[in-house]
Amino acid sequence: MASSSSDAAGAGRPGGSFRRPGDRVFSGLATGAGVTILALLAGVAIFLMIEAWPAITAPAEDIPGGEGLWHLIAPLAFGTVLGSLIAILLAVPMAIGVSLYITHFAPRRLSQTLGYIIDLLAAVPSIVYGLWGIAVLGPAAVGMHRWLAGNLGFIPFFEGPASATGRTMLVVGVVLGVMILPIITAVTREVFSQTPRAQIEAALALGATRWEMIRMTVLPFGKSAVIGGSMLGLGRALGETMAVTIILSVSGAVTLNLISSGNPSTIAANIALNFPESSGLAVNALIASGLALFAITLVVNMAARAVIYRSEQALR
Amino acid sequence: MSTASVASSARAPITHDSLPAWGPWAVVGGVLLAAVALGSATEVALGVLLLLGVVLSVGVVYVWSRAVEGSRRAKDRSVTIAVTASFLLAIAPLVSVLYTVLSRGLARFDAPFFTETARNVVGEGGGASHAIVGTLVITGVATLASVPIGIMAAIYLHEYGSGRLKKALTFFVDVMTGIPSIVAGLFAVALFVLFFGPGIRLGVMGAVALSVLMIPIVVRSTEEMLKIVPDGLREASYALGVPKWRTIVKVVLPTALAGIITGVMVAVARVIGETAPLLITTGVFSSMNSNPFDGRMSNLPVFAFNQYKFPGAIPEPYIDRAWAAALTLIVIVMTLSLAARLIYRRFGTDIR
Amino acid sequence: MSSAKSVEVSDLDLYYGSFHAVQNVNMTIQPNKVTALIGSSGCGKSTFLRSLNRMHELVHGARVEGSVILEGQDIYAPDVDPVAVRSQVGMVFQQPNPFPTMSIYENVAAGLRLNSRRMKKPAMDEIVERSLRGANLWEEVKNRLERAGSGLSGGQQQRLCIARAIAVEPEVLLMDEPCSALDPVATLAIEELIRELKVNYTIVIVTHNMQQASRASDITGFFNLEESGKPGRLVEIDETETIFSNPANKATEDYVTGRFG
Repeated sequence: MASSSSDAAGAGRPGGSFRRPGDRVFSGLATGAGVTILALLAGVAIFLMIEAWPAITAPAEDIPGGEGLWHLIAPLAFGTVLGSLIAILLAVPMAIGVSLYITHFAPRRLSQTLGYIIDLLAAVPSIVYGLWGIAVLGPAAVGMHRWLAGNLGFIPFFEGPASATGRTMLVVGVVLGVMILPIITAVTREVFSQTPRAQIEAALALGATRWEMIRMTVLPFGKSAVIGGSMLGLGRALGETMAVTIILSVSGAVTLNLISSGNPSTIAANIALNFPESSGLAVNALIASGLALFAITLVVNMAARAVIYRSEQALR
Repeated sequence: MSTASVASSARAPITHDSLPAWGPWAVVGGVLLAAVALGSATEVALGVLLLLGVVLSVGVVYVWSRAVEGSRRAKDRSVTIAVTASFLLAIAPLVSVLYTVLSRGLARFDAPFFTETARNVVGEGGGASHAIVGTLVITGVATLASVPIGIMAAIYLHEYGSGRLKKALTFFVDVMTGIPSIVAGLFAVALFVLFFGPGIRLGVMGAVALSVLMIPIVVRSTEEMLKIVPDGLREASYALGVPKWRTIVKVVLPTALAGIITGVMVAVARVIGETAPLLITTGVFSSMNSNPFDGRMSNLPVFAFNQYKFPGAIPEPYIDRAWAAALTLIVIVMTLSLAARLIYRRFGTDIR
Repeated sequence: MSSAKSVEVSDLDLYYGSFHAVQNVNMTIQPNKVTALIGSSGCGKSTFLRSLNRMHELVHGARVEGSVILEGQDIYAPDVDPVAVRSQVGMVFQQPNPFPTMSIYENVAAGLRLNSRRMKKPAMDEIVERSLRGANLWEEVKNRLERAGSGLSGGQQQRLCIARAIAVEPEVLLMDEPCSALDPVATLAIEELIRELKVNYTIVIVTHNMQQASRASDITGFFNLEESGKPGRLVEIDETETIFSNPANKATEDYVTGRFG
């Protein structure tokens, strides 16, 4: 599909030997725009590197905290990964359920609208999620935090003491989960709905129930998409800033305790909180942490795209 | 042979007892009502009780159905309830967010909010007109920069591209959609600091950051729209001797226009609420500034953040302004999303 | 083993939304016989076939009126579970559709696993082998049962689908133009298989190909549209020989002699 149009035109100019000046200029502009985008992405890496360099090469005692860049970034990286993992654990099963509902359970004429409603979740700005988290979800979750600390306190995650405000890693994880749900769902919904009719009918004709049909055809067919979509969601959760900045009550502690008021911050939230007040080497250190975040999300996103591309190829 | 005969011995009849049609839903409704009743009597949050209620009803329906209809049917019923519940659970935050923003934002969603600035405002009063103007200017500049690059790159990808450059661009445009917004902000900072020295804050820095986020969205949506322009249209134009570039400009782009506009509006909606990159690039400013090249510039998301994060001695007026700003943002974003959809519905269907 | 059953169809009307696709079909499908359904495209024969195992209703807005009696039981009675119907009326489709993520073995075992989860491995092996032998595929695949079913040739894939369908020992086997995607050699292999299968099953086959109907079937039914937009109807059903040599209806004669459609 994609290449047929350029082929059709290519037939008119064998080997590209003769082209009109207008064509040359226009295709030059188009190619230039493409190259600009690649240059922009490279530029992001390069400029972050340049501005991070002073912090990378500075002696440890000059870095805020006095123990070097690694000691600054490691607890933040821990917090970043912790919050994102909670989000993924919650959002992936939900996304599979929501996608299945939209593609195979809901009345067919509703499915487009239902998909649009889920997409609206992605349209809500992250600052609004932050305000909602601290004003509504956090306070609503205080009772549950207390219950978790009281009844499941023997599990390190729920050790307590329970936060009285709900500004905890658990609530952050839930809000991040809500935010990445539409991103994962967009990928899985698309692929689930493309499950070949022939496969579905084969399963049903063997006497499969709807759920058995889904297990035999839809889920195996969409497996790579679920993995790829989840990784896209992970990338988004790792880099999400404002919701965390607003909600999380930060002490800098490295702890698995999800329900107390002493939480590790995340790379992104730390930048947003401290950047406006920072100067000198502190700025370079923050940019260095941003470079680390960029590298992590880049790897996650590239892996996610590679998985999705491979699954799309396999479908052809 | 006889040991392996499946069906003839254990053949299930095609009819069997089944739950009444209302059965499973009565269970779900009953359990959820009980959860609501319990919720008003205890301190445990209603949401948690409803969640447990769903889990419980899945269990009850499974056991009941298994006893009456067998395990296969029971599993199918449980999954149906669980999947439906997951959808309802997924839209619950959306409903809650919209309700919260509306109920809290309306307090200051008044005329002064849209006409006054926050200059010299302590406590009550004041507005966010400077922030609204700032948001429009910053997003406008970002759009002006992103749309031509994005559309031309999409044209390259679909009409001209081949080989490794096309592959690399397709891949990295997708990867770029995943760049954290704060990183885009840091990039703008790093870029401008290199030329203007540390501490620089400009509206246009925010626009650069937003462009990094917008461009990949514009490329992807435009490319999708170019894909659904029928090849027959292009061939008809070539057959008339129209050069390729004029075919693209005069035939392909107009055909895909509604879709491209939709894509641009979705991209604008996506970045107009971005806070993190603006927080570190445009700075905080409480007066009107509509020149993106001259110093600090306010905008709605950062205004909302600062009002909420740094309230005065009496916090309520600040928090009310934060919610009003959030409501304004939601209204803008939802209007853009809905309008985009309507435009596509109205003008975009004839090219399918 | 012989579980073949007759099917009694009375006053059957099929709809897609407001479109009346098939009108007032009455026929008896006899056990251990091959019944071929012929007719021009769009005459409703595939729609009719899909109503025999309640696959018709999977299409959005599809409706059924009338009755289809299998073994004394109307499959459209309100307390009937369509899932149970489909496990007793097997189906083979136009395009071979083995499950792409499953091995050859798993494909054949797929239907069995639904009904008898705790079947022991040796018993399962036995049924898989018997089904593959029954589908004339065993000799070709016995050394590569763990390979993907999608790696087989088109004809082999279709025989794999037949093996998958007969593994659950249905009473009736429906085939919707099973050879239309196959080359002539593979087609002959399937036709031979159909003749062998009728020892154990009641078979209904929809085909475009009149030679195929005359070669492989015992009974032939002719579907026709009076004009386009009108519902399809069963014009005539009789012994295959009679239909092809001395049909009662003029339209049937025109069709089988190639003067029409």
